[in-house]
Amino acid sequence: MTFSQELITIAAVVAGTMVTRFLPFVLFPASKKTPPLIAFLGQVLPPAVMGMLVIYSLKDVSLFAGQHGLPEFLAGSLTVLLQLFTRNMLLAVASGTVGYMLLVQYVFA
Amino acid sequence: MNKYGSALRAAFPITLPICAAFLFLGISYGLYMTGRGFAPLYPICTSALVFAGSMEFVLVSLLLGPFDPLNAFFMALTVNSRHLFYGLSMLEKYKDTGLKKLYLIFGMCDESFAINCSVKIPAGIDKGWFMTFVTFLNQCYWVTGVTTGALVGSRLDFDAKGLDFALTALFLAIFAAQWQGEENHGPSLLGLALPFFCLLLWGPKAFLPPSLALLLALFVCAFYYRRQRS
Repeated sequence: MTFSQELITIAAVVAGTMVTRFLPFVLFPASKKTPPLIAFLGQVLPPAVMGMLVIYSLKDVSLFAGQHGLPEFLAGSLTVLLQLFTRNMLLAVASGTVGYMLLVQYVFA
Repeated sequence: MNKYGSALRAAFPITLPICAAFLFLGISYGLYMTGRGFAPLYPICTSALVFAGSMEFVLVSLLLGPFDPLNAFFMALTVNSRHLFYGLSMLEKYKDTGLKKLYLIFGMCDESFAINCSVKIPAGIDKGWFMTFVTFLNQCYWVTGVTTGALVGSRLDFDAKGLDFALTALFLAIFAAQWQGEENHGPSLLGLALPFFCLLLWGPKAFLPPSLALLLALFVCAFYYRRQRS
């Protein structure tokens, strides 16, 4: 690829990404009343999308080979339990992450 | 303290897990792209402009392949289609944020969305500036990580294997916090179960578009079903 072809490719990727980010705001501007269906989606999507992000961030874990996702399961459970019982998000995330690092670097190494 | 300072102070702690993960992942991306023969300026600029982690890795292979900008455009649409859902979720929250709204939308990566969508902003803190600082700090971490990786990555000797789990842990913690605060667990359960089954069926590369389509279809049905009953 020439330099200008590279620039055009990068610009195309930036444009595609920006379409996905801006489109909802362009279609449903704040100045107009949001249709009831879209308002409903605005309520149910956030919790659903958070579940989807959990799956998305774990998508490359192989359940049927290697360690069968055991380190992810253990560290993930620790995170969820700490969040549920202490309601301290930084503590939950930090403990889960350090726990995971210890598991993959020492226990399942 | 003025409203900017207090918003920054409120936003900073919650972005710390992202700081750790983005510095680490950013270094890997900087290393990856320069390792493929690109000058350091490439990963540095693309990290600031695209700012959507997985798409940036795809971009490297697009740049190494034949010239096909249309394909690149549609690839970005597909890989980032989940952002459409973020936008729909944030229509209300980003209201009344003035010009900052443009930046909030531009910089809405998974992690900034997850925090801005779920965190209870403390009373007395300017909502718009809080969300802007969350977005801006996250972008700074990412660009800093990528720059470090691109410039001195090969000279770094660190074993941070597993540090990227901070992002999974963050999503899990937000999910758990949301679970505690909601009366109806239906949307949360669907959001977990549907993508999981799609992942088993279609695999990690292709499961996202069908997951999004199915979720959307189910919620639209639920809306009309409810309206008919009432």
